[in-house]
Amino acid sequence: MARVIGDVILDLQNISLSFGGVKALTNISFDVREGEIRAIIGPNGAGKSSMLNVINGVYHPQQGRIVFRGQERRRMNPHEAAAQGIARTFQNIALFKGMTVLDNIMTGRNLMMRRNFLWNALYWGPSRREEIAHRKRVEEIIDFLEIQNIRKTPVGRLPYGLQKRVELARALAAEPSLLLLDEPMAGMNVEEKQDMCRFILDVNEQLGTTIVLIEHDMGVVMDISDRVVVLDYGRKIGDGPPDEVRNDPVVIEAYLGAGH
Amino acid sequence: MGFFLEVLIGGLLAGMLYALVALGFVLIFKASGVLNFAQGAMVFFAALTFVGLTERLPAWLGLSPEWAGLFWIALLLTAVVMVLLAWLVERFMLRKLVNQPAITLFMATIGLSYLIEGVAQGMWGAVVRGLDLGIADEPVMGLLERYNLMISKFDLVAATVAGVLVAVLALFFQYTKVGRALRAVADDHQAALSIGIPLQRIWVIVWAVAGFVAIVAGLVWGSRNGVQFALTYTALKALPVLILGGLTSVPGAIVGGLIIGASEKLAEVYLGPFVGGGIDSWFPYVLALVFLLIRPEGLFGEKHIDRV
Amino acid sequence: MIYREAGQFKASYEEDQQIFPIKQDRIVMAALVAAAFFVAPFVASEYWLQAVLTPVLVFALAALGLNILTGYAGQLSLGTGAFMAVGAYATYNFLLRLDGLPFLVGLVLGGLSAAAVGVVFGLPSLRIKGFYLAMATLAAQFFIVWALAKFPWFSNYSSSGIITAQRIEIFGFAFDTPARKYLLTLAIVSLLALVAKNLARTNTGRSWMAVRDMDVAAEVIGIPLMKTKLLAFAVSSFYCGIAGGLYAYTYLGTVEPDGFGLDLSFKILFMIIIGGMGSVLGAFLGAAFILLLPVGLNVLMHTSVGALVPATLASNLELIVFGVLIIFFLIVEPHGLTRLWQIGKEKLRLWPFPH
Ligand SMILES: Nc1ncnc2c1ncn2[C@@H]1O[C@H](COP(=O)(O)OP(=O)(O)OP(=O)(O)O)[C@@H](O)[C@H]1O
Ligand SMILES: [Mg+2]
Repeated sequence: MARVIGDVILDLQNISLSFGGVKALTNISFDVREGEIRAIIGPNGAGKSSMLNVINGVYHPQQGRIVFRGQERRRMNPHEAAAQGIARTFQNIALFKGMTVLDNIMTGRNLMMRRNFLWNALYWGPSRREEIAHRKRVEEIIDFLEIQNIRKTPVGRLPYGLQKRVELARALAAEPSLLLLDEPMAGMNVEEKQDMCRFILDVNEQLGTTIVLIEHDMGVVMDISDRVVVLDYGRKIGDGPPDEVRNDPVVIEAYLGAGH
Repeated sequence: MGFFLEVLIGGLLAGMLYALVALGFVLIFKASGVLNFAQGAMVFFAALTFVGLTERLPAWLGLSPEWAGLFWIALLLTAVVMVLLAWLVERFMLRKLVNQPAITLFMATIGLSYLIEGVAQGMWGAVVRGLDLGIADEPVMGLLERYNLMISKFDLVAATVAGVLVAVLALFFQYTKVGRALRAVADDHQAALSIGIPLQRIWVIVWAVAGFVAIVAGLVWGSRNGVQFALTYTALKALPVLILGGLTSVPGAIVGGLIIGASEKLAEVYLGPFVGGGIDSWFPYVLALVFLLIRPEGLFGEKHIDRV
Repeated sequence: MIYREAGQFKASYEEDQQIFPIKQDRIVMAALVAAAFFVAPFVASEYWLQAVLTPVLVFALAALGLNILTGYAGQLSLGTGAFMAVGAYATYNFLLRLDGLPFLVGLVLGGLSAAAVGVVFGLPSLRIKGFYLAMATLAAQFFIVWALAKFPWFSNYSSSGIITAQRIEIFGFAFDTPARKYLLTLAIVSLLALVAKNLARTNTGRSWMAVRDMDVAAEVIGIPLMKTKLLAFAVSSFYCGIAGGLYAYTYLGTVEPDGFGLDLSFKILFMIIIGGMGSVLGAFLGAAFILLLPVGLNVLMHTSVGALVPATLASNLELIVFGVLIIFFLIVEPHGLTRLWQIGKEKLRLWPFPH
């Protein structure tokens, strides 16, 4: 299936965010098009994670506007963002440590589950059917990400790389149209990175999911992203296709400057 | 107006002691991240140990029960016992629970409070003891004559002692090497190590300091109301103080203590009669709760956004 | 070779989602429940029914309530006793003031009252967490017990707030012997335990655990924090309220506000720590353990070993042992007896070939 990049679905305009005295983001604007893989790069502390947190409403910017699918707002809120089809993973794995892999992924479907706690108390009829139906979908995701043999394992016991994969599974379970990934390959070995790259590309190509991705590994970024935003000290210093960004003197300076 | 002032001042004086106990909590919390529910039990334990020692020492050492030095020997021995307790707690509890969630540590201190209460009563018996520090609970004459204010001499002395200790602790925290290490631990365990004082030792020190605080509180409250189990509940009123002041703030503990002390007394006097009295059992908690809803980070705490 | 999972392939997700996916577990459980219903009432003495089995069930229910809030939803509560008190006193007043109200309806209304009060004191959980929330529940604990003792209306103007449970009658059948009261308690507790298990294994329970483990992540995948936490408070307090009603009606018969003090709350907290946080089975194991421990200690004190222990120490041994056990479990096995039980089963599954 050929990839189609569509219209702008997310437009961030003049976003500024600070914590007390620390300016995490200063006047940042960029957009994301339907179906593309959009990378955000930048040195440590540049404000990349903060940017994702603004997109799905975990942090609230002091200034700026966010337009998502034609709706304009000053800030998102996490629940609404989820309801609108935005899902994400976190830089420091944020799985539910006390639950099994299967249960973790099942939580990803909570917005689609309609039966209230009174039905669940009975676990009968509609409630049971609903659980089983969602279990089936979750099993498909488990197959897709090749984690069948760990589905009943408490996530706390899994190695780091697998935890990252389970976190992706949980996000996918929500069937998002926009997926935010915060350093999905950090701390992985080469083989694990390759797997993760493949999964990300598959999600993008087969499901048509738009992806915003933070990654430090430049090789990966150049390989898989359509367009790249570069942040440094909370400011945007570059934006464009990978080749263009790579050769931009300002970007090179930001990356190498600190060392020289 | 005079009456209002009397109540207010009485409350503030009582609050000084809450502040002292709350400071014990703050120290432990800053250094080890533990909210020490056993602080109340420690107050009871300290008071009971002191009274038990004054009862038995004369027979053990062949001293006259009237001898003035007895007080100081008993005090010293109680202090030694509190240090020992601190060491045991570190050795057999804290050390084994490092890196556990804070709430687990909190529950462990609830267990600890049962253990301490059991040991205290097991050693010294459960009968209510009187305790006389030799300070009369009568109005200070000067104030009564000049301003027509009835302020208890006992309260004044107790508050002064507490106030001095609060000041000493605050200074200790600010200016000594151990104090600086303590603050470092609160921020970052790694940084504390670089100061060169082992974490374990720091824990023993703060628990011992909390133990000394418990002795003072135990003696004051014990001579007021008798040395009995209910002391544990009195000491727990330092918990709402903490909530008001924020778990990590030294000035917060002091101001919080004064607020709780004063408002508790005022409420008991002006509100109590309408609802049948006894409201001091819950008033501090509800006050702290209402306050929390308005300002979740406490009086002096900073607003904090979870990092993800 | 008897306890085996091997060969039991789950043909459908439905089978895999059962409470006891392994057949042997189902058989053992069914046998236990059958014995509790059909054997115990006939073979156990009145003393055992009244002073051991009934209270174990009642406390297991309260522990289940606390476990829903603390073990599943991660909100530490120190006010369990107070929520039980609300259940007991509300049931009493409904039955007293509404003529001809069936007992079970009164009990459920009592539970719902506790749920309502629980939600009110749970409201702070939306803004505060951890210790701070524990303090909020402490406020509930002290305030409610005080209010029940202070306002005589609650106890129908009896002295110092004591209430005496009315006779229990359901469809004209009187539950007036220890065996009947035990059976009634057992039926209610079994039903509610099943309900708890159902909640735990469906979306409701997963949402609770998600909020417990990582609230930001839970919010980000669309779990509404406010609704989820308040629901946990409501369901938990409902369980505690029903437990309080049973405490007054099938166990003690006469209760006073002070009986629902902080000590009771701690006792129930200890049950879930020792039994196992976030486990239905744990509530039962913990309740049985905590209630039987003093009995065991008492027996021990009357042996020759016990004679060596000084009297003052002996009377405080319970406090000491509780304290030590709590610390011990938190250090060595934070998942409590339930986990030990599971480990035992694992061993059995491998036996006799441990490879
Ligand atoms: N919750 C918070 N409270 C206070 N300061 C914060 C918070 N979150 C981020 N910051 C600050 O904002 C700035 C940007 O942080 P951010 O995590 O967005 O950087 P990043 O680009 O993701 O860095 P890294 O590559 O290390 O993940 C940093 O100075 C950080 O300390
Ligand atoms: Mg980051």
